[in-house]
Amino acid sequence: MTKPENVSRGPWATALNRLSHDRTALVALAVFVLIVVACLSAPIYAHLAGVDPFKSTLDATITIDGVQKPVMEVPTTGLALGYTPIGPTWRLGTYFLGADNQGRDVMARLLYGGMNSILIAGAATLFTLVFATVFGLLAGFFGGVVDMVISRILDVLWAFPVYLLAISLSIVLLTQGISIGPWTIDSSSLMLPIFIIGVIYIPYVARPVRGQVMSLRQSDFVMAAIGLGAPSGRILWKDILPNVSTTLIVFIPIMMALNMLTESALSFLSIGVQPPDASWGTIIQDGQGLLYTRPAVALAPGFMIVISVLSLNVFGDGLRDALDPRSKIKLGRG
Amino acid sequence: MIFAIMQRLSQMLFVMFGISLLVFLIFFGTPGVDPAARIAGRNASPEVLAAVRKSFGFDQPFYVQYLTMMKKIFVTGDLTSFVNRGWKVVPAVLDTVPVTLSLVIGAAILWVVFSLIIGVTAAAYRDRWPDKLLMILGLIGVSMPVYWLGEVMNLITQSRFHDSWLFSWVPPLGYKNFSDDPKGWFLTLVIPWITLSILYIGLYGRVLRASITEALQEDYIRTARAKGLSETRILLRHALRTSLIAFVTLFGLDFGALVGGSALLTEVVFGLQGVGKLTFDALQNLDLPVIMTTVLYASFFVVLANAVVDVIYILLDPRVRTS
Repeated sequence: MTKPENVSRGPWATALNRLSHDRTALVALAVFVLIVVACLSAPIYAHLAGVDPFKSTLDATITIDGVQKPVMEVPTTGLALGYTPIGPTWRLGTYFLGADNQGRDVMARLLYGGMNSILIAGAATLFTLVFATVFGLLAGFFGGVVDMVISRILDVLWAFPVYLLAISLSIVLLTQGISIGPWTIDSSSLMLPIFIIGVIYIPYVARPVRGQVMSLRQSDFVMAAIGLGAPSGRILWKDILPNVSTTLIVFIPIMMALNMLTESALSFLSIGVQPPDASWGTIIQDGQGLLYTRPAVALAPGFMIVISVLSLNVFGDGLRDALDPRSKIKLGRG
Repeated sequence: MIFAIMQRLSQMLFVMFGISLLVFLIFFGTPGVDPAARIAGRNASPEVLAAVRKSFGFDQPFYVQYLTMMKKIFVTGDLTSFVNRGWKVVPAVLDTVPVTLSLVIGAAILWVVFSLIIGVTAAAYRDRWPDKLLMILGLIGVSMPVYWLGEVMNLITQSRFHDSWLFSWVPPLGYKNFSDDPKGWFLTLVIPWITLSILYIGLYGRVLRASITEALQEDYIRTARAKGLSETRILLRHALRTSLIAFVTLFGLDFGALVGGSALLTEVVFGLQGVGKLTFDALQNLDLPVIMTTVLYASFFVVLANAVVDVIYILLDPRVRTS
């Protein structure tokens, strides 16, 4: 028997088709991809510019228009105490955005920092989604005691103020790292902020997944599968997971945006990425002391965060409309 | 209804117990970490370490340690800092509460008023340019890191444009007590209020617009139109009213979360000595007793606020009331 011509192309192709007509969402996606590519090319930029973004270079000099200038300028007025780093030169390759208080090229650090910000946001999103899916599936499908235990754990995590939980975790973990049996995680490892951010947002995703699984559990096709004696693992994997997968995908850009804001805030509070490593949050913190003299150091990473988070949010809106027009997922609370 | 309220309150107690247990485990039960050394602070002498061990009962079983911690924080309130010798932690934390409340209440008034205006305007002009403009502005507000916005505000009002007529009234950073200097209290808080509220104006404006638009699809709105009511009256009296349920619930949760620590970043940037700033300073000094206290008090406050919101919801909503 041949298939009829007007058969539905399936939910994924329909969604992709809808998304490809949403110009705003595509532009937002392009902006985000551009930022990712720029940040990934950080080593190339540092190599071409001939700067080491992680080493303090207080006595370096640069040549602009044939005039040699020190990177750390000695103030000529007032008490002449300390140094002021050079301001933005607006020349790619030579301190485009100026230097920070250790004479490091801010542009190079901005790109390297972006790599860490995006990496942490992405990895934490993956962590959250995996654990939230497992918890949501188990609690929603098995109900009873399993549901009660998981739901109460989620309640506790949910009610815990995000930054205070992160501070509690990091003050214990960040001062000397952690060693559980044979595994040792260094205190400067990026795994720690990924873990901290990943854990605190599990309830945001697990709760809606649990609710959806509970209603799927009552649907006819799952009842039929149970009646046929299919094993629970198979039902969860083959029947239920594909039905919650759209929700999970819709969460990806939203969680990325939320995680990026959280990572930057934690790094700003010095409990995220540890020096000499950089992220956009740590660069804003570096720039705090220079805010009134060299504002570019703190402003530039902030603009990068706003553009990245905004593009993720706009793309997330488009993705939600394409995949799941009736869904109720809203922007998470930051 | 009584049953539902009792159920909600017992759930609240359970969550409080879970949080206290989690805090206890994080601080005292993390593998490979000596809690006494953490509490004593950097470069502590053996005598101080011994004093910490004795005071927290680290030579005793875990449940005794847990009860000791809870007693020190909630019953006797005599938890002392070892980093700042002999400093009583619990009164110090309670002293900072008015600062945080001043910041959050002022910002809350701003965000409620402006998000109502934005949400209703956008819904009234839905899918036309004022709607699109407002929603994009709202999304930008949601996408800004609040501490960075605070720094931009400081740069503008304290440095670059401080000498212009527009911002010459902005006092230096810091907090002034309302009872000592009401005008100074107000002026120092204006910029922090605006900074903190922008994120929430964006978020609530968007949420409100979405729920009003959804309400406008309902049958009772069609009935109201058929009765010949004006569009303004339908929007404000009928659609807005139902949308406010979600708005109020969200407001309760966010208000609780802000008082319970989420205002930390704003307090740090503007040098306001509230609960969050105290926690941040303790983080810099690695003063664990202060962090344990603020974390427990703040999270208990959040749990309580959430429970109160739910109880009010049970009292107000007839559907929840009867079931």
